Amino acid sequence: MAADKTLRVVGKAHRKVDAVGKVTGVLKYADDLSLPRMLYGKLLRSPHPHARIVSIDTSKALALDGVKAALTGQDLPIPFGILPVSQDEHALCPDRVRFVGDPVAAVAATTEEAATAALDLIDVKYELLPAIASPEEAITTPEPRIHDYGDSGNLHKVINLEFGDVEAGFAEADHVREDLFFFEGNTHLPMEQHAALAEWSADGKVTLWSSTQTPHYVHRALAKVLELPPARVRVIACPNGGGFGGKSDPFNHEIVACKLAMITGRPVKITLTREEVFYCHRGRHPTLMWVKTGVTKDGAITGMHFKSLLDGGGYGSYGVASTYYTGALQTVTYPVRRYKFQGARAFTNKPPCGPKRGHGTPQPRFALEVHLDKIAEDLKLDPAELRLKHLVPPQSLTANYLRVGSMGLGTCIEKVVAGSGWRQKFRKLPLGKGVGLACSSYISGAGLPIYWNNMPHSGVQLKCDRGGGVTVFCGSTDIGQGSDSILAYITAEVLGIDPFEIRVVTADTDLTPVDLGSYSSRVTLMSGNAALQAAERAREIIAPHAAAKLKIPVSELVFAGGRVFHAEDPENGMAFAEAVQAAEAAVGTVGSVGSYTPPKSAGRYRGAGVGPSPAYSYSAAVAEVDVDPDTGIVRVPKIWVAHDVGRCINAATVIGQVEGGVYMGLGEALMEEMVYRGNRNVVHKIPSLLEYKSPTTLEMCDVVTYIIEDPDPNGPFGAKEVGQGPLLPVMPAVANAVYDAVGVRVDEIPVSPEKVLKALKKKAKGEAPRVGPDRFPDVPWPEPTRVATPWEGGDGKGEAVTAHAPERQH
Amino acid sequence: MSEPNTQIALTLNGEPAQVAFAPHQTLLEVLREDLGLTGTKHGCELGECGTCAVLVDGVPVLSCLVLGLTCAGKSVKTVEGMAQGARLHPLQEAFADLGAAQCGYCTPAILLVAEALLAANPSPSRDQIKELLAGNLCRCTGYIKIYEAVELAAARMRGEKAEPSREAMYGRR
Repeated sequence: MAADKTLRVVGKAHRKVDAVGKVTGVLKYADDLSLPRMLYGKLLRSPHPHARIVSIDTSKALALDGVKAALTGQDLPIPFGILPVSQDEHALCPDRVRFVGDPVAAVAATTEEAATAALDLIDVKYELLPAIASPEEAITTPEPRIHDYGDSGNLHKVINLEFGDVEAGFAEADHVREDLFFFEGNTHLPMEQHAALAEWSADGKVTLWSSTQTPHYVHRALAKVLELPPARVRVIACPNGGGFGGKSDPFNHEIVACKLAMITGRPVKITLTREEVFYCHRGRHPTLMWVKTGVTKDGAITGMHFKSLLDGGGYGSYGVASTYYTGALQTVTYPVRRYKFQGARAFTNKPPCGPKRGHGTPQPRFALEVHLDKIAEDLKLDPAELRLKHLVPPQSLTANYLRVGSMGLGTCIEKVVAGSGWRQKFRKLPLGKGVGLACSSYISGAGLPIYWNNMPHSGVQLKCDRGGGVTVFCGSTDIGQGSDSILAYITAEVLGIDPFEIRVVTADTDLTPVDLGSYSSRVTLMSGNAALQAAERAREIIAPHAAAKLKIPVSELVFAGGRVFHAEDPENGMAFAEAVQAAEAAVGTVGSVGSYTPPKSAGRYRGAGVGPSPAYSYSAAVAEVDVDPDTGIVRVPKIWVAHDVGRCINAATVIGQVEGGVYMGLGEALMEEMVYRGNRNVVHKIPSLLEYKSPTTLEMCDVVTYIIEDPDPNGPFGAKEVGQGPLLPVMPAVANAVYDAVGVRVDEIPVSPEKVLKALKKKAKGEAPRVGPDRFPDVPWPEPTRVATPWEGGDGKGEAVTAHAPERQH
Repeated sequence: MSEPNTQIALTLNGEPAQVAFAPHQTLLEVLREDLGLTGTKHGCELGECGTCAVLVDGVPVLSCLVLGLTCAGKSVKTVEGMAQGARLHPLQEAFADLGAAQCGYCTPAILLVAEALLAANPSPSRDQIKELLAGNLCRCTGYIKIYEAVELAAARMRGEKAEPSREAMYGRR
């Protein structure tokens, strides 16, 4: 196996294969494209959070000079949605709008100005409906329903799972603690606004170039809604100017651009404004959480009960998966012997929430890590020691049947504790200064696909040219994380060639085999494994012919440095191109394929589809804070972070992902929030880059990064994820550090100055020094699905109360 | 694009150029739509994010807030004008070496603002770099690789034989 050899490419620091294109401005993002005779499309969006559409008149818009076409919901009646269980969106709302920003009509015109002017001439009559602004309101207002599907009333999804007898776990405990937390919603804020360019050709084929993270799912949605055979639809994902999960759903404007192109026979481009990007959203779900944990005196968890209530916004999006994720990964860091999870997602009249970096897990991770900080204090234990004493063992199965492989969390904790001087600082710094510690874990790709199928999750085709050039074809999408480069490094490692001589062709549904998309931190592991298999197969095709020419056994052949040669006598060899020629002469065109399907997951209960992964990454962080007791302003000078990535494919990319994850976590911890005006108007308060506060260079902290390489047998060369995990420990580490600094608990994210100040005032008055939620509403939970844990002899199946097939999503 | 009923002459990336456009068009629109220079990006078109910055007479400006008309007779530099022939600018080399461009969308503007910074101050401190780049949002990098790349390029432009530090490329182990 290649991993056994001395690695020549993998693990080193490299440029990305598209680095030069990016620093010269040559790389084309979706809005950089234009075609002859191209029209500009615009969407008209609802000014009301909830209303019935009485009528739409586009005649005046159509009469405007330059306007070539107008569409309404009647033109695109087929619903779509990312999950098979939530096909609840329409390209243009046919009869009802569900949030301010929901699109109702569209136009295409010869100029952007004419298209914009035409929107003002569309006459829409609405009948206003009562709007629901919060999940609490959704629970108490089951009628009228925002959608006519879902588990009950305005609750989209309710989940009740119990692994072992959690009450027995509490009875065994020396100490039981309950806490409530809230995590405000926030958004991805990629610097690139979504853009889509559609071209229709008279032979009945449509091509869409789009800033999407999931061209395969867009391909499926387009074929469905446009009623075209998939073979006539081509989706090309352009390099994304940042995604972070915000470009993972099929979007209205993508479908509308295609339809407008089909009607007019001309290319149509739609580029969203920044305000529209805020309406597309799909960001972090605002989440209320309650957690109760029983522990022994030394901190071992005897039982945990976790409840979450998610504000889903107006549509399903990935929400069913997001809800499961708020309960899935609590078990993979510290052993939880008995575990109960209840989760609910409400529909509200706000922009839909969905998957943002960490998808559904940053909220519960914040809750759990602050909760553990409080438990450690109750038990008079150092929070780092408490965690180090209770780590999930590698190669083990959790209470909810997640299979943990390599597990480097202990080393991560030791590194940040030593590096930050934790033992000299914790509870010892002067008032206003503090340190906080938190840990986390994340999946390296979801174990199951979004729609049920038994095909691979990622495929690679590899073409070897007689000139020595190698082209890698893969459906994966580069959103800045460097997935194109990963394909080149892995192929180069196996074939012994220069990664910068490899041509990478990606994210084109006509040219490349399917990769499911850039989400769930799946791409390095899955497309990497597919590339590894394809490259190994190509080597197997080439090797016998090269060996025959060199008159040596195949087993003594080495591929390295652009040559193929005898291991014992490197002079006895040939250029890689000559080896390809030898093979091509013998067997014809040299090409290979590779693919990857994750291992089967152990859980068989309904809901077991969310959480399993081929490998889990681990992170630990220590944050140092300065809190101004007069203003409540929290400054973070430095964060020490350690991440178990399994193995670096490109070390420099790993560091970049860690630093970027810490940055995004810092923004969530201190300032980022989606805020709406009250009084049921549900109007977005801050749909601009100026008002939506995100860290600039002046707020960003110093980061000390430790890379832990604990190779996982399921990863290519042992690699696990790094794109999402390092964000997770930042928010709880900051919140815990604020407590260390000034002795107040802000059990809400973001930890904004007014909350810190409020808590400090309460403390001064002798009240409980805490700001945070004080109740979890009554949710109509279904009967629990009871699953016996592996150590109770369970087989992973749920008790017969809900004997459905496992839900599979992400 | 609207009726191109205005014409200006300017110096564009060091060469004389003429361009016709509608008088209400911003420099951003003129560059991207009339001159085909799509290396200049946009993130808000409201002057909030810094993504569209270019140099006008050597000074960083937000091209979304500047009318094309006001650039008559001026010298405009975009990312397309940074490389010397086939040779990348030292800032471009350093950004590529360090992975300071992740998605790459904010990169053209940051490169140009950094170029203006280094022209005025060949040895900026880390704090001076932060101050100068505070108007450019980047959502990928956490800015750290950007600072390191500006420092690396500055050192190379001063004639020093500088390479990225081991910690910048590999972290601590």
